[in-house]
Amino acid sequence: MADSSGPPVRSFAQAAATEETVVPLRVVQIDGLVVLKIVKHCKECMPSLVTGQLLGLDIGSILEVTNCFPFPSRGGEEEDEVEADGANYQLEMMRCLREVNVDNNTVGWYQSTYMGSYQTVELIETFLNYQENIKRCVCIIYDPLRSQQGIVALKALRLSDSFMELYRTENFKGEKLREKNMSWTDIFEEIPVKISNSSLVSAVMTELETDAPATQCDFDRLVLSTNPFMEKNLEFLIECMDDLGMEQQKFQYYYRNLSRQQGQQQAWLQKRRAENMARRAAGEEPLPEEDPNNPLFKPIPEPSRLDSYLITNQVNNYCNQINGFAGQTSAEISRDISSHDTVFSCTAGPGCTLVVGLQCKAGYKVRVSLQRGAMWFMVVNIPVPPRPGVHHDG
Amino acid sequence: MASGNTVLHLASGPTGLVGKLHPTVLFNICDSYIRRNDQQERVIGTLLGSISADGTVDIRNSYAVPHNESLDQVAVDIDYHRTMFDLHQRVSPKEVIIGWYSTGAGVSGSDALIQDFYGREVTNPVHLTVDTSFSDDRPSIKAYVSTNLTLGDRQLAAQFHEIQLDLRMIEAERIGFDVLKKTMVDKLPNDIEGLEGTISRLHGMIDTVYRYVDDVVEGRIPPDNTIGRYLADTMAAVPKIAPDAFDKLFHESVQDVLLVIYLANLTRTQLTLAEKLNTAAQIV
Repeated sequence: MADSSGPPVRSFAQAAATEETVVPLRVVQIDGLVVLKIVKHCKECMPSLVTGQLLGLDIGSILEVTNCFPFPSRGGEEEDEVEADGANYQLEMMRCLREVNVDNNTVGWYQSTYMGSYQTVELIETFLNYQENIKRCVCIIYDPLRSQQGIVALKALRLSDSFMELYRTENFKGEKLREKNMSWTDIFEEIPVKISNSSLVSAVMTELETDAPATQCDFDRLVLSTNPFMEKNLEFLIECMDDLGMEQQKFQYYYRNLSRQQGQQQAWLQKRRAENMARRAAGEEPLPEEDPNNPLFKPIPEPSRLDSYLITNQVNNYCNQINGFAGQTSAEISRDISSHDTVFSCTAGPGCTLVVGLQCKAGYKVRVSLQRGAMWFMVVNIPVPPRPGVHHDG
Repeated sequence: MASGNTVLHLASGPTGLVGKLHPTVLFNICDSYIRRNDQQERVIGTLLGSISADGTVDIRNSYAVPHNESLDQVAVDIDYHRTMFDLHQRVSPKEVIIGWYSTGAGVSGSDALIQDFYGREVTNPVHLTVDTSFSDDRPSIKAYVSTNLTLGDRQLAAQFHEIQLDLRMIEAERIGFDVLKKTMVDKLPNDIEGLEGTISRLHGMIDTVYRYVDDVVEGRIPPDNTIGRYLADTMAAVPKIAPDAFDKLFHESVQDVLLVIYLANLTRTQLTLAEKLNTAAQIV
């Protein structure tokens, strides 16, 4: 617009008028407060999955999330009642928060997940519901289980525009997808997350930081019993593969039906032509070669590809988790190997001890090489037979 | 009713009550202070949590409540407080009102009135103060409970006792102080980066212990039995495994993990291939 390069202080009307130039969303900037609130809510309700609303501001390419509030978890009441109730709760909460000058602008929602299994049709539906009202919204996914491994398992997601358009037209036929050049990786877009804190919070936290050399997060990361997590991940992966197999079967069935139908159509046409030839020879009018009422010409509906796309995404996600996690595990093990002749220890805080290995130089080498191995796996994506002996001799 | 407007603030011994403060509350208080109205001196709000039987007060959540203060009057928006409490109850019914917070250093005159108001919501409310102005160069966070001083049936004053306050920083530590203490963090650390930091910290700790033990052995510093005992305890915590057995154990684990990585990568390659084939199969 005309005054987009004008003075930085603009009136509200001007700002509203210039809004037409759409800048793509690049970064989601989350307040430390929001992170803590999400973690608290998701963790307290842990076995059940919960959601909540994000409040904030949309500034150019940055979406600031400055506050959030949890949604009450749904009981077994009537559907309509719950919905009306939920809307009421939401309105009331937002009105209250506005009174204490909290940003009163919905920018999306957060939800907890179990081992990153969030790629569902429901998520897409919710996204569309939100996107109808708010142009730019994100979904923040938090995984409390993964966070127990010492990672901040926060992710900001949104649907890609091309996918949304396709979803609205409900067109998930193979041809359309090929036309749009859309693959399963294009459904969700992950947006980089930034964490911001006010100077006040920063000052308070700096003051309050304990001077213990190791924090809870370090302990979490160094826990050696990593197998349960790995097992769960693999279990889910296998389940997903089964689902994918089912989807594939659906397609095979469809193709088989399609080719059978085409064969039958051909046979019918040939028969009709031969008949027509005979009729022409007998001086009669030829019958039309197309018959809309014939059940043979009814197109067989093609199954939607959405499910298989989503499952594929899910599988990919599990693979990523395994890769990231396995890199960590192998590093942990290699740290441990170096410890077996000189095991030493130190205390960290009262009551909790940390067992550590010495000869760290050797340990480091092993770790780095393994880590590279994992990274290289990740980037190049060509499976290479592992040779574990090589990594150990550090 | 006669409510004493005077505050008697005595330094008193431990009252047996212990407050546990979660970092979320602290963040919330700081945020509401930043977002206070123009010319407002301080913010107050309600604290939610639970009180266990042994006198531990778990301060888990909070929300700001608008209020108005003039010389000798305090007006708290009671409606707001009630609505907000109801809303919070619907999410986590276990969290009840346990007291209130205000920003500023220590207890001030009008606090007795607010304490009195919260005293009607819960017996023995906890009053938490967070000094956001850093008046003595550090944020002093204190918690109080009050008792009424009465003479006959005339109320003279509210006496505030300071109680012990533990900061439950484990939640913050889980996320990492690195993330919570900087004003801007560009990227969340991923698995490997986090581990790298942890390992290097570990390395530092081992170095410290190494140096300490060397110094003691060579007589540079006097030995400390407590530290020695801690060290011996941790040493004893590690089971002794023969190197051969350990090697075997280690190799097996590494192979397991590598196999899983291999499998995961194979799956991904398969997915890429399958996608290509699936779209290609459309040209029938």
